[in-house]
Amino acid sequence: MIAHAIFFYTFSIIAVVSAIMVTASKNTVHSVFFLILDFISISCLFIMIGAEFLGMIMLIVYVGAVAVLFLFVVMMLNVAQQKNQWFTGQATSKHIPVGLIISTLIFFEIIIVIGGWKYKPEIFDINNSLASTSVSNTHSLGQVLYTDYIHVFQISGMILLVAMVGAIVLTFRQRSGVKKQSYIKQISRERAEGVEVLEVQSNKGVKIDD
Amino acid sequence: MEYLSIVFQEVYKILFLLVPVLVSVAMIVWLDRRVWAFVQKRQGPNVVGPFGLLQSLADALKYIFKEIIIPSSSNKVIFILAPIVTMTLALIAWAVIPFSATQVLADINVGILYLFAVSSLGVYGIIMGGWASNSKYPFLGAIRSAAQMVSYEVSIGVIIINVLLCVGSLNLNDIVIAQQNMWFVIPLFPMFVIFFISALAETNRPPFDLPEAEAELVAGYQTEYSGMMYAMFWLGEYANILLMCAMGAILFLGGWMSPIDVYPFTLVPGAIWLILKILLLFILFALVKAIVPRYRYDQLMRLGWKVFLPLSLTWVVLTASYLFYFNLLPVN
Repeated sequence: MIAHAIFFYTFSIIAVVSAIMVTASKNTVHSVFFLILDFISISCLFIMIGAEFLGMIMLIVYVGAVAVLFLFVVMMLNVAQQKNQWFTGQATSKHIPVGLIISTLIFFEIIIVIGGWKYKPEIFDINNSLASTSVSNTHSLGQVLYTDYIHVFQISGMILLVAMVGAIVLTFRQRSGVKKQSYIKQISRERAEGVEVLEVQSNKGVKIDD
Repeated sequence: MEYLSIVFQEVYKILFLLVPVLVSVAMIVWLDRRVWAFVQKRQGPNVVGPFGLLQSLADALKYIFKEIIIPSSSNKVIFILAPIVTMTLALIAWAVIPFSATQVLADINVGILYLFAVSSLGVYGIIMGGWASNSKYPFLGAIRSAAQMVSYEVSIGVIIINVLLCVGSLNLNDIVIAQQNMWFVIPLFPMFVIFFISALAETNRPPFDLPEAEAELVAGYQTEYSGMMYAMFWLGEYANILLMCAMGAILFLGGWMSPIDVYPFTLVPGAIWLILKILLLFILFALVKAIVPRYRYDQLMRLGWKVFLPLSLTWVVLTASYLFYFNLLPVN
């Protein structure tokens, strides 16, 4: 039990500290790396409470895919300078009020969830519905997701699909004058199209069109 | 005291796994160069030790005694962390590989997800190295490899779903045991081919070694690295290749199972069979390196997103419908 406590506190301290460092570090790329560290320690916490499937999916989806894209964007865009200006107080961000509103909302949501769990524990009695059936939690998750919550599950999938298509449509632009290499065309070229054998007369040369 | 003894036992087990893995990584580098040389009618490394077997050891010694140069304009912490991350991630994945029904360090329920997660984290070592070097070629190499690895992970994930549909469990031992009657390479052969090619791309092997394409990018993300740090990148890369081979052996070639369930073959311990299967896949990897020229980058992306992804997704639908129609779905 004491080992459990040691691991729990290690992971949670790393999670909290790295979450703070995401906003506190001056270098934006460092921020993303701290975010990744945060994701990893959170997934370790998930594994510790027995939600191994959730922990692994967290690693695969957030760390393996989403954070890579974050890193891409942060490395390519020059956001570092702007963040530096905020730190030195030369420029103020217009996004701060919006961020404040969203963070207060999230804060109250967390208070409501924790409060409800504290005062009405029987509502959140998940242990009885899942853990007691002695099957692995991947199975039990699947049994809940694909039976009781199938419609919600499908709808969330559709929303993600729509978001993806929307993002592609918004950023898609047809550029003209770009030379494209067609795979099929390149392979299916015949000798007759590409090579022409000419009799070259001396001192006359050959006139090559186009 | 009892707790300490448990810890020591685990450490002993881990060492018993990791030391052979590291030694075999060194051997596999030699094998890779040898196969490559034989295809091109050369001798390959044959001077140090019998058949040149100790070549990798000599190389390692050379790397250890070389100076580690850290570029002055680099981001030092991340620059040093990058090879460590690569190597650690390549080694921790071996914890879940089953060498027989009982010989596995951590027999966890979500073994295949763990393998997939760790192999998808492998991209960070490369991005960190490329970005922290603060120079053009490593950065371009890192960006290329990140895009490449993320693309091919998608199709590997879908292929894993194919196998899982036939097994009904995420545990690696269950996956192996489900292939008792027939290896999955037979019913899912197209998936095996796609897995093999995706594994080449995932581990940045030729013909998909664009992150370190020497003709365009000097050496890609490892340009600025020297000495032991370069060697760690190198070891991590080969450990990753071995891991992908092990994954292929477990998913499609029956893992530690003997190929025929007859008396003299069943006597051979499972670890030997697994190693033989890994070696078979690795020799295929090495042959591909020697035979196939490098892909162009847009062709690589096209192959990943427009060919492999639709194909493997279609195959998921096919497998699922087949299993559903003939009532073969593994339900427990």
